[in-house]
Amino acid sequence: MEYMIRLAQCHETFRVPELQSVATAVGVDLEIVSYDEFSPYCIVKLQNDEAARALISRTILAKDISELWGQGTNYDELHADVRKRTSHLWADYHGIPLAFALYGFCGKRSQDKRLEIIRSFAYMGLTGPIQLKNPPLQFIVMEKYVSDSEVNILGASRTKEPRQVFLGRFIAKSCRDAIDKYDLKKRQYISTTSMDAELSLVTANMALAAPGKVFFDPFVGTGSFMVTASHFGALTLGSDIDPRSFRGKDEEKEKGKNIKANFKQYDIESKFLDAFTSDLTNTPLRNAQLLDGIVCDPPYGVREGLRVLGTRDGKVIEPVMIDGVLNYYRPGYIPPKRPYGFEALQRDVLDFAVRSLVPNGRLAMWMPTSNDEAVEFPVPMHPNLEVVAVSVQYFGNWARRLMTYRRLPDGEVSDISKGRSKADERGISADELNRFRRKFFARNYEITSEAKKAAQ
Amino acid sequence: MKVITANFVTCSVKECKTSPNSFPLHFHDAELEMQELDFQPEFIRNVIPRIDWEGLRVTANELGFPSLPETKPEGEALYDEQTLKDLHRLLLETQVMEGRLICGNCSHEYVIKEGIANFLLPSHLV
Repeated sequence: MEYMIRLAQCHETFRVPELQSVATAVGVDLEIVSYDEFSPYCIVKLQNDEAARALISRTILAKDISELWGQGTNYDELHADVRKRTSHLWADYHGIPLAFALYGFCGKRSQDKRLEIIRSFAYMGLTGPIQLKNPPLQFIVMEKYVSDSEVNILGASRTKEPRQVFLGRFIAKSCRDAIDKYDLKKRQYISTTSMDAELSLVTANMALAAPGKVFFDPFVGTGSFMVTASHFGALTLGSDIDPRSFRGKDEEKEKGKNIKANFKQYDIESKFLDAFTSDLTNTPLRNAQLLDGIVCDPPYGVREGLRVLGTRDGKVIEPVMIDGVLNYYRPGYIPPKRPYGFEALQRDVLDFAVRSLVPNGRLAMWMPTSNDEAVEFPVPMHPNLEVVAVSVQYFGNWARRLMTYRRLPDGEVSDISKGRSKADERGISADELNRFRRKFFARNYEITSEAKKAAQ
Repeated sequence: MKVITANFVTCSVKECKTSPNSFPLHFHDAELEMQELDFQPEFIRNVIPRIDWEGLRVTANELGFPSLPETKPEGEALYDEQTLKDLHRLLLETQVMEGRLICGNCSHEYVIKEGIANFLLPSHLV
């Protein structure tokens, strides 16, 4: 059967991958019939209403789902399609209290015109009384006008009338409300690098977070991915090279602000496993298939320096005894760290995912790119991982991508010939090693100097 | 640090990873705290195949828990409520708040403070 999903008109490249991932997570067959990046209206094929409810119940980048009763490029076509598709169904809905709603995308109708449109469906002969609050039967008329983006990007010309119209029988709302629940502004414990609620929830969906699963974030920070993966039922584990990030800095610690406070706030304490201090390049996790999902946003080396264990010059610092105790066992000991390259770190994450994920387990990893990489973007690849999706969020002079991988069962390999083959530049300082950081600051320097010149 | 996490980790030192002596890390001076959590049988069932049973028996013993059965529960035993509850209590509800974890291969000690284990290494072990 065909269903209409009303998507959120944002994060366009994440929308279909999220739907497909949720379908996998809840175990329903999903076929995308029509999708347009400039439109919120996406038509899909699903087995039945139950599958539609399951799918939408944990989708973030959609508003709701309806059974598709008809579509057309104008109302004449729509009415003809409604008659063709549904005339045999009308009798089933006799006497049921109902409501009609009309949504326009990039266009509006006057109240009189809305009523006129709704009345034009009178031929369906639905006899139920009108009930506006929680109606058991609800129809949605959806209109799609030419949007600003289509005018600006595609050169489309504006029209007075909608370009597409649809009628749907409402089935269920999405879980988009969760964005408000997990809003960073209301969260107990956050930092400057916390990922926003919407994309943290989408990331958890991409990695198929679900009850009974073990999830891990090796760059946990304040735990944005841990709480959202746990929101969907997974038990979550996190680690970070800097324990202050998850247990709170001194002042925060006193106020009880830490990762656990967030789990408490959202009433998901039973889903918290542990947070521990470790470095991914020297991880304590055993080499075994322990994890169902890995979600992470590795430090870019811009706001947070990218560091791993070791010394800058590679020289070992010999241990010494102080007051009869080895220096590295004394309280307050901080092990030396060295700057690390971003490309190397990504390869380490992929290797780690291959070692630690169960077959078909997923890795969802974020990666920043400067805009010169925007057109052709080679994705880091590994023969034991299949690239499931690559989605991109654009900012002014940079972008970040969410790359989702599936751990292939042993015996299957993927083609990695188009994979990323970049290496880090040689050097030891953060700037020398990290091309993205250098470009980011160089570009910002240009902007600042231009602004200064303009001001003079 | 929960017992399940202790079962997932070994020594951070790369050379130790291949030595059978490095797992499980041994608890010393462990101070335990019990925390009641929602019972999640689905999770326990899913995670049992990933538990290193021999290692869990050693850890349970070191922490003063009654001995676990010699073999890992399988098949129907995975649907026995008491078995699942006992494992739930040991793996998820038992936390080591203070103490040390020591590698049986290289003898390096990892400190657990306020429930957080620190697996960072000094430069001569990296």
